[in-house]
Amino acid sequence: MLLIDCPYCGERPEPEFAYGGQAHVARPARPAEASDEAWADYLYFRRNTRGLHAERWRHIRGCGRFFNALRDTRTDHFLGTYKIGAPPPPLADT
Amino acid sequence: MNAPLRLTAGGRIDRTRRLEFSFDGRTYRGYAGDTLASALLAGGVHLMGRSFKYHRPRGPIAAGVEEPNALVTVRRDAGRCTPNLRATQVELYEGLRASSQNRWPSLRFDLGALNDLLAPFIPAGFYYKTFMWPRRAWAALYEPRIRAAAGLGHAPRAADPDRYATRFAHCDVLVVGAGPAGLAAAGAAAELGARVILCDEQSEAGGSLLAASPAGAERPGGFAADAWIEEQLRGLRVRPNVRLLTRTTAFGYFPHNAVALNERLTDHLADPPADLPRERQWQVRAREVVLACGAIERPLVFPGNDRPGIILADAARTWLHRYAVLPGTRAVLVTGCDAAYQTALDLARAGVDVACIADTRPEPQAAARALAEDIPVLNAARVRHTEGRLRVTAIALEGRSAGQAVRMLQPCDLVLMSGGYTPSLHLHSQARGNLRWSGALQCFLPAESRERVRSAGACRGVLTLDAALRDGREAGAAAARAALARDGVRPGPPPAAAPPAEEPAGAAVDAASPHGRGRAFVDWQNDVTSKDLALAVREGFRSIEHVKRYTTTGMATDQGKTSNLNALGIVARVLGSSPPEVGLTTFRMPYNPVSFGAFAGTARGELFDPVRVTPMHPWAEAQGAVFEDVGLWKRARYFPRAGEDLHAAVARECRAVRAGCGLFDASTLGKIEVVGRDAVNFLNRLYVNSFDSLEPGRCRYGVLLRDDGFIYDDGVIARLAADRFHVTTTTGGAPRVLALMEDYLQTEWPELKVWLTSTTEQWAVLAVQGPRAREVLQGLSDIPLGGEALPHMSVASGFIGGVPLRLFRVSFTGELGYELNVPADFGLSLWERLWERGRAYGMCAYGTESMHVLRAEKGYVIVGQDTDGTVTPDDAGLGWAIGKKKPDFLGRRSLSRAALRAPERRQLVGLLTLEPQRVLEEGAQVMAQDGASSPARPLGFVTSSYFSAVLGRSIALGLVSGGRARTGQTLYVPAPGGTLPVQVASPVFYDPSGARLHG
Ligand SMILES: [Zn+2]
Repeated sequence: MLLIDCPYCGERPEPEFAYGGQAHVARPARPAEASDEAWADYLYFRRNTRGLHAERWRHIRGCGRFFNALRDTRTDHFLGTYKIGAPPPPLADT
Repeated sequence: MNAPLRLTAGGRIDRTRRLEFSFDGRTYRGYAGDTLASALLAGGVHLMGRSFKYHRPRGPIAAGVEEPNALVTVRRDAGRCTPNLRATQVELYEGLRASSQNRWPSLRFDLGALNDLLAPFIPAGFYYKTFMWPRRAWAALYEPRIRAAAGLGHAPRAADPDRYATRFAHCDVLVVGAGPAGLAAAGAAAELGARVILCDEQSEAGGSLLAASPAGAERPGGFAADAWIEEQLRGLRVRPNVRLLTRTTAFGYFPHNAVALNERLTDHLADPPADLPRERQWQVRAREVVLACGAIERPLVFPGNDRPGIILADAARTWLHRYAVLPGTRAVLVTGCDAAYQTALDLARAGVDVACIADTRPEPQAAARALAEDIPVLNAARVRHTEGRLRVTAIALEGRSAGQAVRMLQPCDLVLMSGGYTPSLHLHSQARGNLRWSGALQCFLPAESRERVRSAGACRGVLTLDAALRDGREAGAAAARAALARDGVRPGPPPAAAPPAEEPAGAAVDAASPHGRGRAFVDWQNDVTSKDLALAVREGFRSIEHVKRYTTTGMATDQGKTSNLNALGIVARVLGSSPPEVGLTTFRMPYNPVSFGAFAGTARGELFDPVRVTPMHPWAEAQGAVFEDVGLWKRARYFPRAGEDLHAAVARECRAVRAGCGLFDASTLGKIEVVGRDAVNFLNRLYVNSFDSLEPGRCRYGVLLRDDGFIYDDGVIARLAADRFHVTTTTGGAPRVLALMEDYLQTEWPELKVWLTSTTEQWAVLAVQGPRAREVLQGLSDIPLGGEALPHMSVASGFIGGVPLRLFRVSFTGELGYELNVPADFGLSLWERLWERGRAYGMCAYGTESMHVLRAEKGYVIVGQDTDGTVTPDDAGLGWAIGKKKPDFLGRRSLSRAALRAPERRQLVGLLTLEPQRVLEEGAQVMAQDGASSPARPLGFVTSSYFSAVLGRSIALGLVSGGRARTGQTLYVPAPGGTLPVQVASPVFYDPSGARLHG
């Protein structure tokens, strides 16, 4: 059971959260102009990273806010969480 | 029955409390403080089980959690019957009833032992090889028989009457294991002011010191072991910052220092108090963890090493010193290290005839100690075989004595084995800790971990008492300092402790003579021999994980506590490799079996899942409604009158709605209030529809797609004001629609000024449907109902009987219809008022089943029934809803992908059976041709199917490839008793012009 640091509420146990998939997948600004390939890439292709992974979480049983997190998928340890729209925290050491 | 092997003095048993118990129906006596195993041994019973595969007679080889053989069932009553308990862990109580397992008709004479004679034909992986053909026989014949013959105990069939509790706890330092290192660690951490939880799986703290030899060197700090334990506990108990949990197993280590503990509160009591839960599961979040889990002695691998009476030397030590039981009368020690010499000497002193010590080492230093007590020692010893059926009677040895090669057959009823110690790495490994091979100790030791965890004492190879105490104190103090120093900053993993000073403890895995005969067991619980392991390697298995699965070594409840390292040693040798190169298999949680009840906790029966009911639920209940589960909701499915079945009730309800009027509880519909300056913009971006032109006071049927273009949800969306919408969703879709809205609002379009509020439970929704609906409602509220004032698809706010009302003119039946939304608290009273008034108009309460039929007669889709996540609006015949001028909405770009425009896509159509009375099965395939002699691709499937009483025939909806172009064609639907021809039709079966909607 992970301990997740909601940027709004602080550390809370995993059951309070819902996972939201890979972070920073931007919806194309003008979908109509996107090629089939670019659109399919946006819809279906995700990284499946082994290592540092930027991902979305939602504190669904708490404040309800979405936020981003940097997690090492090898160890399940978070390097930090940050608000939507904010840049990832600097990586002091990994 | 007396206890011939019980010593008259010593041990930690309470001789003032005699207890009577039974095993396989016979009565025995023991003392408080005994385990089932120690009391049986005192009574001269060593045979306690039959092995898993070969049904070989087995006795306990260990005295604690690592015991693989002595699995028993303890029964209090029909519901309180626990199989597969280790007799070495079952605490004795007055009247305890235990029985052996996996034998028939009796433990001493077991017909399943025929498997033992067949052993040459059932080697490792035999069930993968032998029972391949015919395929059907696997499920019908082979598997049930193998399962019956190879087995553990049986779970009870009655419901478990006990209570189980769950507790969450936080602490600075969690110490797992209250042996010498754990007690020292907890003491040191507590002195520094840390909040400490100390847990131990046994009935009392003390660990290995509970079986300390009074004559030996185990004098912690110069005290006798008992006195030292008492002193430590006194020191911990007076501190308010320490919680000591005995009978509590730490069985799982989860990320971020979450450790699960299982506390057993009543299993040791003869008469458990009713107010106590049987078990309590602790979920502990610890800032720092100290593992002081100890080490487990390794058996030796030699032919015939599994006969009852052949045990670990450590077990003999425990039975002798802790329980004052002699495990035999004439003993031989087979060892590869010094540790067990003391036990042999103690046994001799207690009156056991120690015939000889067979040491696998060529020149053991410790031999002098034995020789001084007149115990002969055989050097470079090997075991040729053992004898005895239900108990060992002799051991055949070879070796060197006084420089001469010797062979002997030693009569004995007890053989002690000692192959060195294996640190318990289960929790460290579950914490994703790395391992380091120790050549000197011939075992793996804990290395660094990502978790905030430290190991101390024997579980990191610190095997002598003084060193373990020092190690524990240091680990406890370091953990406390790290935990208390934290101030919102998460530190990295703890620095690796200095490796233990290694002292050669020896470790002879293999004590088999090359001239030996008989099977040498590696894994007692799973009946895996050294030959099985060698066979697996010869057959091409290289990875230790594959060898494990093929041979089953280290699996099941045992998790390889005694077998892992020996198996690894043998595989490495056969591969010509080394243990660190081969590596260990994964340690799985739980460390020791945990009852299902402890996981379920209070989540059972009525508390298993929340139940949601509508405000009108009591009325429906009183009317005798039959309910169905829709998500967590209880919904009235139909309201049968006396003598009516489902079909009769539904036919009556449907006719009543179409002829007069019906009353329906639609409160479960999801409701989301969308408010704000940008609300209309937001809905435009989400739904396929355009809401710009929707005037306040009007409603629109909305369709919501995911960005992949497939239908996600639908519902009526009402504009209450320029900046305020009342959005409805499907009953099951409410949470996910709100989540999707929040997702886009928060992450894609945070600039939009919109607020979302779930109002599902704020409103009770009463649907009044039917040609006389307006008459029923006329004059009840301050809202005018005339066709002009409140046309189809409109909404008005007002009051009804002084209560706020949102009145929708909408229909999911195709009839003139209204939905009255009132605050939930007033739902029931309004319902009763409408019901009273409706009588004069032939009003009928109808349930979800009639609702389904009525909407299917009109071809209205139900998302999730007529759609399955691969259906586009056009597929469902909802293309008209799309706002054609909108540049974008969720899924729009996907709708122009080639695959989503293909003409052969499945489209929603009506299906009419040529025999009108036959009703298709929902989910049945739709075929182009009659008969299915050769494999044929179905064109689609039936999504909804009912008998329509109003139409006097069956109706069905289905998704059929190119369906709309097939209108009029005859297709075929397989059904029980033969294929049914169907005609493809419009999905609107009733009132195609829609005239009835307008009253
Ligand atoms: Zn939060």
